[in-house]
Amino acid sequence: MNALFVICGIGVFSLLAEVFNLKKWVQAVSLVGLLAALVFIVSDWKAISYYYQGMVVFDRFAMAFSGLVLIIAFFWFWMSIDFFKGEAHRTDKSALVFFAIAGAIMMLSFNNMAVLFLGIEILSISLYVLAGSNKENLFSTEAAFKYFLMGSFATGFLLFGIALVYGATGTFDITSISDFILSNPPTKLPRFFFIGGLLIMIGLAFKISAVPFHMWAPDVYEGSPTPITAFMSTIVKIAAFGAFLRIFSFSLVYFSPALLWIEQGLMLLTLIVANVTAVYQTNVKRMLAYSSVGQVGYLLLAFSSDSRHSSGAIFYYLVAYALASILSFSVVHIVEKAKGNAGIDNFKGIFKSNPLVGVAFTIALLSLAGIPPLAGFFGKYLVFTLSIGKGFIGMTVVAVITSLIGVYYYFKPIIAMTQPGEDSISVSASQKLLLLILILANLLVGIFPELIRLV
Amino acid sequence: MKIPIEFYIWLSTVLFSIGVLGVMFRRNAIIIFACIELMLNAVNLLMVAFSSYLNDAHGQVFVFFIMAVAAAEVAVGLAILVMMYRNTKSIDINILNRLKG
Repeated sequence: MNALFVICGIGVFSLLAEVFNLKKWVQAVSLVGLLAALVFIVSDWKAISYYYQGMVVFDRFAMAFSGLVLIIAFFWFWMSIDFFKGEAHRTDKSALVFFAIAGAIMMLSFNNMAVLFLGIEILSISLYVLAGSNKENLFSTEAAFKYFLMGSFATGFLLFGIALVYGATGTFDITSISDFILSNPPTKLPRFFFIGGLLIMIGLAFKISAVPFHMWAPDVYEGSPTPITAFMSTIVKIAAFGAFLRIFSFSLVYFSPALLWIEQGLMLLTLIVANVTAVYQTNVKRMLAYSSVGQVGYLLLAFSSDSRHSSGAIFYYLVAYALASILSFSVVHIVEKAKGNAGIDNFKGIFKSNPLVGVAFTIALLSLAGIPPLAGFFGKYLVFTLSIGKGFIGMTVVAVITSLIGVYYYFKPIIAMTQPGEDSISVSASQKLLLLILILANLLVGIFPELIRLV
Repeated sequence: MKIPIEFYIWLSTVLFSIGVLGVMFRRNAIIIFACIELMLNAVNLLMVAFSSYLNDAHGQVFVFFIMAVAAAEVAVGLAILVMMYRNTKSIDINILNRLKG
């Protein structure tokens, strides 16, 4: 809880910094604040604590996921230093980012539908603005507009679902809802309860961008400024999937197996459509967008094979995914800044001119593809063992095949980097250090998976 | 005489569906905003109806949250719309097709 206060506090500080002429302190305060929030998470680790009449709960699940969000946020600030460099709206941007992180933490620690709704909205509204923060750029405007339309459309579905569930059970509290479901036979619950659960699933499927509710994701990821794309594909994804897990595996899953079947349908569509479409992309940013949609399929596979106890495997997968994703977007950010856009041809010759950047991108893509010994491999391994252990052979076969398709398109930029190209890219010392640390993190999490599984 | 809750459920479902259809089929961005508001207000109506039907005030408090958040959302949305209008001189969403692939 203290972590949430700290994050909100920094957000308010950033807003006030503009007024009191403290702009040069914002960056330092944000980094110190993120670390302080992380320390609070670690120090609160042992206890499960409820706040505000049980509306917010910080249990192991919430703390582990919020800790991951904060660590990724730290790397994110590092990679996007120049996003805050311009003289215009520096403090506003950093305030919005911190409010988005606060929303993400609320989405991971809610125990009441109202907090879920507020968390999603705080996160989304900040991101609508950030996606359009490049005001003169038409693509950025278009991305912001599409994100806004799809986001508020999804919120409508989510809210209608919440209203129906409330009407059936008389409460917004997650634990009371699951108690209510368990104490009443399913036939006695009104039929609209099921529709409510379904609508909540649709609303959250928009947020985690599962096919067929993914159509906004590639456009928004491509149009937004690259740091914001990195934010969306890591922190927002972690928060949205955490919220999905929390609401379904804690309560709604008890209700009806039909919800799980629909979720499995979403999973199969996500795996197939996203991975096949990614093959045809020529822009690396857009390809990574499809890949991040595709990764949701594996998370959903873990959820559908064991909806109650899969959070360990999902957490490991998210750690691996987020580390690889932030590394790949750091590289895309560097290349895009030097060459204007992230077309695949702009990656030619990187291995020769900037070996570190090339190695970093290779490691990130291999980890996303799931090649041992990188983190992504163990993520997929855990998910597949879980689903085979529960007897979902057919789905696992589909997932393995789609991850093989994944290997094909992840190798396209790597091959482009080995081809001859012209000029080299200037990389600052701090970016080099960041790339090194992230490479090490990807290797460490992959070679010593116990580090994360102890959680 | 009390109106049965089913009536409210049907009414708000119809309102919500009108909103959804409007978002999907209208091309004018402002009409789409209005349709999203219609969806949210259908939810508000349903929440208040359930709240009074169940004699539980939580639903009505939730409606306040929805109203406040919807206002914030529309403020941001209209700002984005103005930004788009400045760049393209149009609010027809069919022009939003530059990002394709």
